Amino acid sequence: MRKPKKILNDPRRAVPEMLEGLVLANDGLIRQLDALGALVRNDIPEGKVALLIGGGAGHEPIFSGLIGMNLADGAACGEVFAAPPPETIRAAAKAVHRGKGVVFLYGNYAGDNMNFDIAAELLAEEGIETRTIRVRDDVAAAPPERMDDRRGIAGDLFAIKIAGGAAAELADIAEVERVARKAEANMRSMGVAVSPGSLPETGLPTFELGDDEIEVGMGAHGEAGVKRQKLVPADAITDQMVAPILRDLPFVRGDEVALLINNLGASTMMEMLIVNRRVRQLLDQEGISVYRTYVGAWLTSQEMAGFSITLMRLDAELKHYLDLPSFSFGFTSQ
Amino acid sequence: MDGTGVKAMMAAVARAVIANVDQLSEADRATGDGDHGVGMRRGFEAVLEALEGLDAATPEQVMKAAGSAIMARGGGASGAIFGTLFRGGAKALEGRDRLDGDGFAAFLSAAVEAVKKRGGAAEGQKTMIDALAPAARASAVHASFAEAIAKAAEAAEQGVEATRNMIAATGKARSLGERSLGHIDPGALSVSIILNAMRDCAAKT
Repeated sequence: MRKPKKILNDPRRAVPEMLEGLVLANDGLIRQLDALGALVRNDIPEGKVALLIGGGAGHEPIFSGLIGMNLADGAACGEVFAAPPPETIRAAAKAVHRGKGVVFLYGNYAGDNMNFDIAAELLAEEGIETRTIRVRDDVAAAPPERMDDRRGIAGDLFAIKIAGGAAAELADIAEVERVARKAEANMRSMGVAVSPGSLPETGLPTFELGDDEIEVGMGAHGEAGVKRQKLVPADAITDQMVAPILRDLPFVRGDEVALLINNLGASTMMEMLIVNRRVRQLLDQEGISVYRTYVGAWLTSQEMAGFSITLMRLDAELKHYLDLPSFSFGFTSQ
Repeated sequence: MDGTGVKAMMAAVARAVIANVDQLSEADRATGDGDHGVGMRRGFEAVLEALEGLDAATPEQVMKAAGSAIMARGGGASGAIFGTLFRGGAKALEGRDRLDGDGFAAFLSAAVEAVKKRGGAAEGQKTMIDALAPAARASAVHASFAEAIAKAAEAAEQGVEATRNMIAATGKARSLGERSLGHIDPGALSVSIILNAMRDCAAKT
């Protein structure tokens, strides 16, 4: 098996070195606490409901790169593809807390769920209120009756954008939670993998795919999808992904949506835009209009090639938070 | 086995886990994302550091320190689960100066309950519980400390093999469904490595 080329120093120091570089790239807007992987904004106003996001590293710019104006107040960052430990989460939560409680927002994975839950128990003992929102947007992971078995993938970006705006404007943690839950409940995603990413520490790909194979529905860590098949043209792959997304919520004629085409790391912008073209044809046919489009690489999986499509159904409130300007290292919008 | 013995045993456990990092990663690559080995190595390297700073500790304190180190530094699902195993098990050792067969069986039994509560998984779902729960049951009937550990280690090995015929029902392997058949669960393998190291240590004392 050929190990992919990566520009690293000591592979076991990849995450701490990356975080050091990330803090510097934020030009003074964020800092790292003594608890490794706990990153916080430097300018959190008093009395603000705090938004803490987090998860394993290796998916940059999510989560560590999404700290900033109208986005997250802090991030708890784990090792590559591994949830952060409770102490990292607890330290970050205490540092972002401004007396109004802390909203935890992260992708629905067993490791993240357990570590954030342990941190929430520790914080409760210290009198800090937390609320938990788990993003479960991947329709390929489980049928609708088993929502809690669904993974969080690129929909994390929409969830952070909406929850970040709500946490900046709303005074009550219950209201922030309500808006974030509404966003989460109205988004659906599906991905496709073309080639694997690899773990810096082992140098090995996280899964194997034949030269002419793709896996539709595959998760961001190489979790099995719905179908392994021969590579087909962009339009055919897109058709295969959009249909189950539309069916699931379901999205219907007259709906207005935000559209996200997320590059898993190594695909090209050219491919993403070709996919976007086909998604728009399909949505036009269904009478679904796109309010805002986001095309880029936000939830990556190292050098994994492939992409995901996310739709979020909008109402006036979600549009308001989507429209708020936001600024961070990894995501900026006006 | 007194607290010093338990400390030496846990150091041997940590060295065994660290020595098997490649085997654990490979097992995880088959059904998960391939990071189980490096996560366990992080956790058990932290155990070695924590043990160094521990003097004249009771068996409970040693197990709790090990669990806390894993939970603080392991990360991922494995950090939370294996940290919970040792921290949860330690609670059953409260007030015991020495670890004997009964204490060891109580440790494993409390560990199983704590892990089930934290992770929400049950037996038969292709997780580390499929090695840990049979180990706890097997250790309950014993004539000596060494026998309790030996029976647990044997049951865990059988448990690892049994996971081959299970379909993953939780964790990152869940979406594989029937494709997870034929592969062992990496967490179960970790339990077996831990118990085998404990058995070898107990056999020497």
